[in-house]
Amino acid sequence: MNQIIMNTAQQPLVDIVTETYQTSGLPLLEDPKMRVRNANVFYGAKQAIFDVNLDIGKNQVISMIGPSGCGKSTFLRCLNRMNDTIDICRVEGELLLEDQDIYDKKIDVVELRARVGMVFQKPNPFPKSIYENVAYGARIHGLTDNKVQLDELVEVSLIRCGLWNEVKDRLDEPATGLSGGQQQRLCIARAIAVNPEVILMDEPCSALDPIATATVEELIHELSENFTICIVTHSMQQAARVSQRTAYFHLGKLIEVNDTSQVFTNPEHQLTEEYITGRIG
Amino acid sequence: MFRLEFRLEFRLEVWIGIACFSNVDIQSAASEYSVVGKLSKGKMNLSTLLLIILAGSAVAYFLGYTRSQQIAKPIGGVRNLAALPTYYASMMSLWALIPALIVLFLWSVLDGSIITSLVKSSLPAEAKQLSDENLGLVMSQVYNVSQGIGSLDTLGQEYGPAVSRLNSLSSISAKAMPVLTILVLILGAILGLRAVKPTNNARYAVEKVFNITLFVCSSIAIFTTFGIVFSVLFESLNFFQKVPFFDFLFGTHWSPQIAIRADQAGASGSFGVIPLIVGTLLISFIALLIAVPVGLMSAIYLSEYASARVRGIVKPALEVLAGVPTVVYGFFAALTVAPAIRRYGDQLRDWGAENDIGFLANLAVSSESALAAGLVMGVMIIPFVSSLSDDVINAVPQSLRDGSYGLGATQSETIKKVIFPAALPGVVGGVLLAASRAIGETMIVVMAAGLAANLTVNPLDAVTTVTVQIVTLLVGDQEFDSAKTLAAFALGLFLFVITLALNVIALKVVKKYREQYD
Repeated sequence: MNQIIMNTAQQPLVDIVTETYQTSGLPLLEDPKMRVRNANVFYGAKQAIFDVNLDIGKNQVISMIGPSGCGKSTFLRCLNRMNDTIDICRVEGELLLEDQDIYDKKIDVVELRARVGMVFQKPNPFPKSIYENVAYGARIHGLTDNKVQLDELVEVSLIRCGLWNEVKDRLDEPATGLSGGQQQRLCIARAIAVNPEVILMDEPCSALDPIATATVEELIHELSENFTICIVTHSMQQAARVSQRTAYFHLGKLIEVNDTSQVFTNPEHQLTEEYITGRIG
Repeated sequence: MFRLEFRLEFRLEVWIGIACFSNVDIQSAASEYSVVGKLSKGKMNLSTLLLIILAGSAVAYFLGYTRSQQIAKPIGGVRNLAALPTYYASMMSLWALIPALIVLFLWSVLDGSIITSLVKSSLPAEAKQLSDENLGLVMSQVYNVSQGIGSLDTLGQEYGPAVSRLNSLSSISAKAMPVLTILVLILGAILGLRAVKPTNNARYAVEKVFNITLFVCSSIAIFTTFGIVFSVLFESLNFFQKVPFFDFLFGTHWSPQIAIRADQAGASGSFGVIPLIVGTLLISFIALLIAVPVGLMSAIYLSEYASARVRGIVKPALEVLAGVPTVVYGFFAALTVAPAIRRYGDQLRDWGAENDIGFLANLAVSSESALAAGLVMGVMIIPFVSSLSDDVINAVPQSLRDGSYGLGATQSETIKKVIFPAALPGVVGGVLLAASRAIGETMIVVMAAGLAANLTVNPLDAVTTVTVQIVTLLVGDQEFDSAKTLAAFALGLFLFVITLALNVIALKVVKKYREQYD
């Protein structure tokens, strides 16, 4: 731990993060969707996340910001156990989805990921048709009983993502033929077709142009009426635009959590202020 | 030892010379060879000369290096030279090496024919009237006499001038070659040394030479392919003058025995290729039936499920399978698998007879069955399928796996519905490559499949394949103008076209697959 801090000794303010630290702001909520207590994540011997306590509110958008390598993506991937696919990764602490420990041995990872969906940084449509991409989750979870229901589910999911009018005439064409922004919205449609409770988004707009980004941000805003959304982003403007709460990570530690407006206008912690004013980054 | 090597090299050169530049028939080619071979006696060894040339160019390298350092000094160091000292050194050694090698090569190839033509002019008048073939025979006698085999008396005193001319020319040639070569070497080095100047950029010349060398190496493979194709093509055209093309392509009977005498019975010769194709395809089909599922599933296991430790053990083990010589697979098939299949077949037949099961009671298993050859060939091509499939499965981006897992798919669902479909074109390419390998495979089928050209799809019968027939047609003493022998070339061409088509399709498919993720 000491070593990590020493590595960035050229940034004097980092010294403020000591071995025991207190997250500034309001990390805890009443009746949250997900609870994280004392989470520590290790890649082999290297610790990536230190003692994070955070609540994620129902039907809210929370954004995670922070400099590269601060652990925000790692933290996000803990929330639906995507880190299980990395052999050397080890997660400690208590992570609850509505009072259920998601790292409990009895938990079925498949079911967890159906409840906590994920959208990735780079649009990753399967090399199948547009229709099959959206129907994929429904098929593997047996969500529909017949073709009519499946058609309806696909249509509803695409409508909710604002993609229906653009693709309704070419549902059988390969999804890889769509533009980047369309692909990302398709991936979101694919995720919401499973009807998850939480959607995790790992820098969903970093591979998109500004217009496509605006469309996706609008979509996130609409989706937050029905879903709990955690979004990792590099863009502070984006965090300010889409999220109700913002969490600032620094070197694997959760420095500050608060209402978005509070974080951006009146940060409590000095590191947060450094970051949002552009002095760390 | 060196002498032997020299003669072999010589022989090779002469053969290449003949193949490239003339249409001399085999008889005179043979006499040419013996003539040249005998000339080799008493000459400086070619290997020694080559070593001298190499040593000379190494010396030139160091001279060039030293010289470039020398000229660099007065003008303020190496940085003011147009090229680095190593380039000057390389340039100088190339100046020494290349002309010397060219002289050596030309001399080796040409001196036999030049001496022969010079000696011919000294032959007596009546010998000059002879036909080319007989002239060749006379010349070889002259060479024999000059080597001390046979005497001038038996050949005729009138050949005396020719023999003594030959003797003197040979000894001149033997002495002149090393002298001339080394002279050229030294001359080249001197010219190279003159070119070591601060303003002369040696890099251009050196890089040009390497460029050309690389080009020549890459074109050798291409020209060899063309050579093979054309030689097979022309022989096949000869064959199709004797046997109609469509009789060959659509005939259902294969029996390549040609009557040697007109009254010989049962040897009319028929060249229908259909039974061979069916046999080839049957065996390849059985082989693929084994190799594709086993290879594919082991690839999926290795790339998706196996831990790094298991993978580290299993993958090399599979590659060992690819390293087993096909002839070993061949006798494994012929001595172990085929008898075992026959034994089981017999047991099944006896059991069927006891229990009155009609179709089993009539079961007949040949001791050389398509099944045995196909099974063993299938095992042989497992590593092809598995290693190619492993590559394409690993090439499927991790983001697709994450996407599927992120939606709550299990590992097997991800493999079945995302990874395998994404990898499918590449897997198909791998399977097609394995198929073309199976079709062209020879050793296993020669030993285990038999020679009987039965038109059958029963895997328990003996069948024969295109490759087996090519081997049988060309083994033993053959005349190269009979339809029987020429049929081998037609079969070869046929096989070449099939495997080429399969490879082209496979490469196309694989290429298409690659574009998908880039």
